[in-house]
Amino acid sequence: MPQLNLSDFYTLLPAFVLTGWASMLLVLDLFIPRGSKGLTAFLAAVGLGLTLGITLVQAGSSSLGFNGMVVLDGFSVFLNALLLVSGLLGIALAYGYVRRMGLERGEYYTLMLFSVVGMMLMVQAADLIVVFIALELLSIPLYVLAAFNNRSPESEEAGLKYFLLGAFSTGFVVYGIALVFGAAGSTSLYGIVAAAASGAPTLLLSIGAALILVGFGFKVAAVPFHMWTPDVYQGAPTAVTAFMSSGAKIAGFAALLRVFAVAFPSLTADLTPVLAALAALTMIVGNLIAVSQNNIKRLLAYSSIAHAGYILMAFVPYGNPQVMPVSVAAGLFYLVAYAVTNFGAWGVVIALEKEDGKGLEISDYAGLFWKNRPLAIAMTIFLLSLIGFPPTIGMVGKFYLFRAVIDGGFVWLAIVGVLTSLVSAYYYLRVVVTMFMQEGEPQAASEFWLNFTWGLTALVTVIVSFVPQLLFEWASNAVLRLF
Amino acid sequence: MVPTNFYITLSAILFATGAMGVLVRRNPLIIFMSVELMLNAANLAFVAFASQHGSLDGQIFVFFVMTVAAAEVAVGLALIVQIFKSKHSINVDEVNSLKG
Repeated sequence: MPQLNLSDFYTLLPAFVLTGWASMLLVLDLFIPRGSKGLTAFLAAVGLGLTLGITLVQAGSSSLGFNGMVVLDGFSVFLNALLLVSGLLGIALAYGYVRRMGLERGEYYTLMLFSVVGMMLMVQAADLIVVFIALELLSIPLYVLAAFNNRSPESEEAGLKYFLLGAFSTGFVVYGIALVFGAAGSTSLYGIVAAAASGAPTLLLSIGAALILVGFGFKVAAVPFHMWTPDVYQGAPTAVTAFMSSGAKIAGFAALLRVFAVAFPSLTADLTPVLAALAALTMIVGNLIAVSQNNIKRLLAYSSIAHAGYILMAFVPYGNPQVMPVSVAAGLFYLVAYAVTNFGAWGVVIALEKEDGKGLEISDYAGLFWKNRPLAIAMTIFLLSLIGFPPTIGMVGKFYLFRAVIDGGFVWLAIVGVLTSLVSAYYYLRVVVTMFMQEGEPQAASEFWLNFTWGLTALVTVIVSFVPQLLFEWASNAVLRLF
Repeated sequence: MVPTNFYITLSAILFATGAMGVLVRRNPLIIFMSVELMLNAANLAFVAFASQHGSLDGQIFVFFVMTVAAAEVAVGLALIVQIFKSKHSINVDEVNSLKG
């Protein structure tokens, strides 16, 4: 009979603490009067901060817990910290937004905390059962959050679409796991790799892996599984979109990387071309469709699809043991760069959004520079970072990514990446030109936490680009536990 | 004893039926039933493989899938009811204010 001891609980301590905190907050919120839900936001942020502290204490340890169901390693600590910071930024963005839009309800913050727990569990999962549970735990609160504005038909529609396609993709993941289990006789990632080495049926394993890839492709919005993304990102309340476009993507990529690198290194020959094709397709389609968008939320949605393609590039050389550590580090660096820039850009969108979905067309940004210089300059920094233009963190991230892909022998993929970045410059710069060169009377909301968020992320975007070594070293130390 | 292959073939047919249902049906309730069919196809495969391997992991997974599916239903039906209240229709072709 397997025994549990304290070290098992230590591996999952951040998730335990946050789950307990969120459950407590759910009850406590009942006693917080309607007008002062800011207190709930504050308590949720305290919970995230506490968990972040525990996560940072865990840095440097590496262990398996619960009979190999979950794993604690440098990779999980790095991503858990990033997810918790994303949660904090998500609350900072939501704090004023939900009040202004008349959506202020305590469940918002509790649901966010539960979703973060799911993401953290996903990063630590070492067994496909846990991957599945974590996937649902992160998704179900997001379905509710997407439909949170129940007075707006668009928000409801976004919730329904996200829900139906999310459930559909779950079906693929579960069936893929079933086939992998059939081939390997185990759902543990370490058990699968052992079974594959001792002659498990490769065909069944490959089909299973491909179905899992399809399911996660939906989650991270890779082409051709991206159809839901623009609608959901546009319809959902903007603060939710900001959170889910970063958090869900980080968690999805983390699980994808761990599952493929740990469990399926034997399938490299079959899966690498598929991943390369997915990455190239995602970059091309995402960037090309973004060109014709006039709504800033849809524009950023297609931009997030395109960035899923760039991050996927880091996965392409996953089976090559020489390149893998560098490409994983480049992928992690890019996830940080994307999360920071993305939160900033959505923060600016939130500042300019009016009630009933007004203020979201690119033309509404006309003349922003002359009305509100700091905001326009911050937006310019974020857009330059999304293009990959110096001096921003996005440029450094793309540099590391392209270098890793070229080291892995995929020069054509790097060329596709550079060319699509050039295309993306067109539509991002269109927004910049509108802000600086056209006349208009945009009114931006000025709320302390909102200004704090876009100000801080703009500073980080620029400053880290001058000292990228530090962050890249952290990312390089965030290694996967492979056995 | 029925060979495992038969079960897997049946589960593949069920899964394909479910996936087709999601793609062609226009009523969210039916789409949702099709998703359940996909999940149950996976459950069938899990149980068949579990008995083939003599390992309980697959059967335990089935319990997790059933539980999670129930949680999904709770959220999904709530969303559908909410949409029906505001639109008096749940046909997905009429829920189309977002496009471009």
